[in-house]
Amino acid sequence: MISESTKVRFDREIAKYPTEQRQSAVMACLQIVQEEQGFVSAESERLLADYLGMAPIAVHEVTTFYNMYNQRPVGKYKLNVCTNLPCQLRDGAQALKHLERKLGIAMNETTADGLFTLQQSECLGACADSPVMLVNDIAMCSFMSNDKLDQLIDGLKSAEA
Amino acid sequence: MTLPSLSNNKTAAQIVLSQFAATGVQTCFHGRHIDPQILANLDGSNWHLKDYESRGGYQALRKILGQDGGEGLTPDQVIAEVKSSGLRGRGGAGFPTGLKWSFMPRQFPGQKYLVCNSDEGEPGTCKDRDIMQYNPHSVIEGMAIAAYAMGINVGYNYIHGEIFATYQRFEAALDEARAAGLLGGGILGSNFSFQLHAAHGFGAYICGEETGLLESLEGKKGQPRFKPPFPASFGLYGKPTTINNTETFAAVPWIIRNGGQAYLECGKPNNGGTKIYSVSGDVELPGNYEIPMGTPFSKLLELAGGVRKGRVLKAVIPGGSSSPVLPASIMMECTMDYDSIAKAGSMLGSGAVIVMDDTRCMVESLRRLSYFYMHESCGQCTPCREGTGWLWRVVDRIHNGQGRQNDLDLLNSVADNIQGRTICALGDAAAMPVRAMIKHYRHEFEAMIQKNTVQAVASQPAVHSTGHASAQA
Repeated sequence: MISESTKVRFDREIAKYPTEQRQSAVMACLQIVQEEQGFVSAESERLLADYLGMAPIAVHEVTTFYNMYNQRPVGKYKLNVCTNLPCQLRDGAQALKHLERKLGIAMNETTADGLFTLQQSECLGACADSPVMLVNDIAMCSFMSNDKLDQLIDGLKSAEA
Repeated sequence: MTLPSLSNNKTAAQIVLSQFAATGVQTCFHGRHIDPQILANLDGSNWHLKDYESRGGYQALRKILGQDGGEGLTPDQVIAEVKSSGLRGRGGAGFPTGLKWSFMPRQFPGQKYLVCNSDEGEPGTCKDRDIMQYNPHSVIEGMAIAAYAMGINVGYNYIHGEIFATYQRFEAALDEARAAGLLGGGILGSNFSFQLHAAHGFGAYICGEETGLLESLEGKKGQPRFKPPFPASFGLYGKPTTINNTETFAAVPWIIRNGGQAYLECGKPNNGGTKIYSVSGDVELPGNYEIPMGTPFSKLLELAGGVRKGRVLKAVIPGGSSSPVLPASIMMECTMDYDSIAKAGSMLGSGAVIVMDDTRCMVESLRRLSYFYMHESCGQCTPCREGTGWLWRVVDRIHNGQGRQNDLDLLNSVADNIQGRTICALGDAAAMPVRAMIKHYRHEFEAMIQKNTVQAVASQPAVHSTGHASAQA
């Protein structure tokens, strides 16, 4: 079931488009689902498909086409480090390695306590701020030297303590 | 580090994260622009409607609607002004904006759409982010003027999903504009109506391609469409649609306020106005720099603090990762405008200037770019889907010391078989860097291959003797 508060958020997105084009809101609604639930489940896809008048497979196509939708649960903090060329030239790949060491996991893995999932990402569109990292799809963290990466991880850990 | 003691974990985490957010000081408010228009007088806090109006904002919209005491401008006059400005598309293709606007069938009786392409994912580019974050109303006003000129009453700004905070900023600016009667029905008491909404991507480079973007706006996979038909006749929901880049729209209010001729004179013939360059890589001061078209590259490099650590410039990718690399000697002779960079054998593209110093290995650089195009190919055209994988695997094996004697011919052949054989330009974008890297830095690739071949030859007798030994045994 979709909660009433979620429906209000969905409806705000749907209202941007012509009445016969509810499907246009699928990108935004999936983002809302992910923000609220941490990932997009098959059940969420079915409910959303029904709400937007789409085939479930059409929703699933969107979930799987776009890199940022989580198709399975991730850690409480999803860390996406850009390693594309402009970032690679300014320690982007090095930042990813540093986080692997700091967290004791390889990229695409989640820490045992379920706090952090580490991923490599393609261009985040913040090339002049490199090294850059996107946390939970929304918080862009800029100029992430090793010291600042340590501060961020330690800070989030104590915030959770 | 110490955190404020808060009972709410979420708030504490948000406080932690906010400490690392970009402030724009390094990339935008550095005071090293030259005659800026879009990024002039910004400080990070003055993005609101009242601030924009105090900088002359929305005067252009008032002017064309005749709400400034004047007679107003007809749509034809607006298009003529934009044509005379020499403004060319800032997203990558550099198509003349006024000409594009004139393609829109203005007398078309049905629904038409205006779309802003803010899906800024071309590696090296981060200018549209700063425009929308720190001066969002310039885009809104530019879109409203464009809508008036083409007789359009609904528009969408499709924003790169990775800069979600900027999407939220743009939505806040839209709310301000609506509340002030600058968007919506009967704008400023005129009979011109324009509804504008923001949409977002969620991690697909291909949606920066305009028809991929339209598919995404329709709630589908962002797979590009065949052209023709072009969006001007068959665009969003199959209706006539004009798509321009964020920076292109942001340039329009200045042109209407000051005149097309004045804009043209800021730049050079056929390359009007100022342009924002995102300078990244091996420079002391990476950031966005708004400078007149036609400024020497050497000056831009100087603004960005020069090559990092006093090293020597090796190469520059002048227009985003898809544009062919140019060696330092060629680049230092270029001016930063469409024609100069094209003459040098590359493209101004989105204006993303990726600088590489003399310590950089070109095989490694190409390897990372090839991985990106393989990862982002949407998969619908075989030459691109398969070819980008071939490109990456071959460059990767050269980089790993397993290159083969004919690998460079193979790379060029695969690139040949991608380029011009796909629905959209992603295939070309994957092929062009490969060809340019091999053209200008062939010796680096050959040296890596040579090293492997020499090792292989040296190890051959050992293999033979082992064979002998086992045969004798």
